[in-house]
Amino acid sequence: MSEFHDPSNVLNPEHADHQIITPLTYGMVFATLLIFTGVTVGAAYIDLGIFNPVVALAIACFKAVVVILFFMHVKYQSNLIKLTVAAGFFTFIVLITMTMSDYISRAWGLW
Amino acid sequence: MDNAIVATRPHTHETAVAAEHEHVVLPQHRHHFETKEQQREAATFGMWLFLLTEIMFFGGLFFAYLLYRNWYHDAFVVSSNQLSIPLGAANTAILITSGFFMALAVWAAEVQKKRLLVIFLVLTTVFGVAFLGIKAVEYHEKWEKHHIPGSHFDVSEFINPPINPKTGKPTETPLAPDMAQKTQVFFFLYFAMTGMHAFHMILGIGLLFWLTWRANRGEFSAGYVAPIENFGLYWHFVDIVWLFLFPLLYLINRHPGY
Repeated sequence: MSEFHDPSNVLNPEHADHQIITPLTYGMVFATLLIFTGVTVGAAYIDLGIFNPVVALAIACFKAVVVILFFMHVKYQSNLIKLTVAAGFFTFIVLITMTMSDYISRAWGLW
Repeated sequence: MDNAIVATRPHTHETAVAAEHEHVVLPQHRHHFETKEQQREAATFGMWLFLLTEIMFFGGLFFAYLLYRNWYHDAFVVSSNQLSIPLGAANTAILITSGFFMALAVWAAEVQKKRLLVIFLVLTTVFGVAFLGIKAVEYHEKWEKHHIPGSHFDVSEFINPPINPKTGKPTETPLAPDMAQKTQVFFFLYFAMTGMHAFHMILGIGLLFWLTWRANRGEFSAGYVAPIENFGLYWHFVDIVWLFLFPLLYLINRHPGY
């Protein structure tokens, strides 16, 4: 590595070229988000029992991932940025899961 | 003496470097970065580190919600049903639209279209303000119904819910007085979470005014887009917080599973 002076990191196989995301992509993401907002509202009015919160949160997670990948450009970033984002969410999940140990370790649904 | 010569002809060196590498050295390009790409990635990295602290911050609020919802499930169900799904859904759509225009603003800055950039930033601001307007209507309704936690909070309609004239049954499950008091926990978390979200939006709208003014001067339409791009990250992050607030506060308690 050190034999080349490569400040832009272009010789690195993990280098991500800067990409400009087109308005068409943004438009499709926008439509997806609006459609899934409609779906989650519709699902709230249907009695799915215990699965109402599951469906609502699954749709919210899907929408958040779409926003992160496209609106926030993470899909097009270098591995450094991808790893940073993933590390943040992973740490957050660890914090929540460990704090809820009392609930995870007992009979589910009998809280 | 060398310094004096440089000071009287400050651009000599920069011009020579620019000619040698055949690309423009922007005034925003800091000397401690070797290339514009390096500067850009450093800025994106730093912005994401800030957003990670924001994830932890909002995470604390979401965690409090998760725990108290388990503890006072019945109180959370009836107080959640006091919120208006149409208003919440409209606000979700408005916020997504605002985020869409923010994404387009980043594109306009990348392709160096100054006029479009200003238009998209203004549209982002307009939809952001519309969101806060609807939020204010909702807050006002809470004030009128005495749903703001504190000495004026009224639990009577949770203990004795209004009777539906058609069915002759209560519109909500009546709560025991001690559980009815816990509806205050829901509304406290409702105001804490949506309030902190709205505070982030107010800060963002302030920044948008500033960025729009700078964009109008052409600062971001000559190849330097980092402030627009990184503000976009912040704005989309605030969107994501709402994408979770909406189902948790408004939706998931309509049909309590158990």
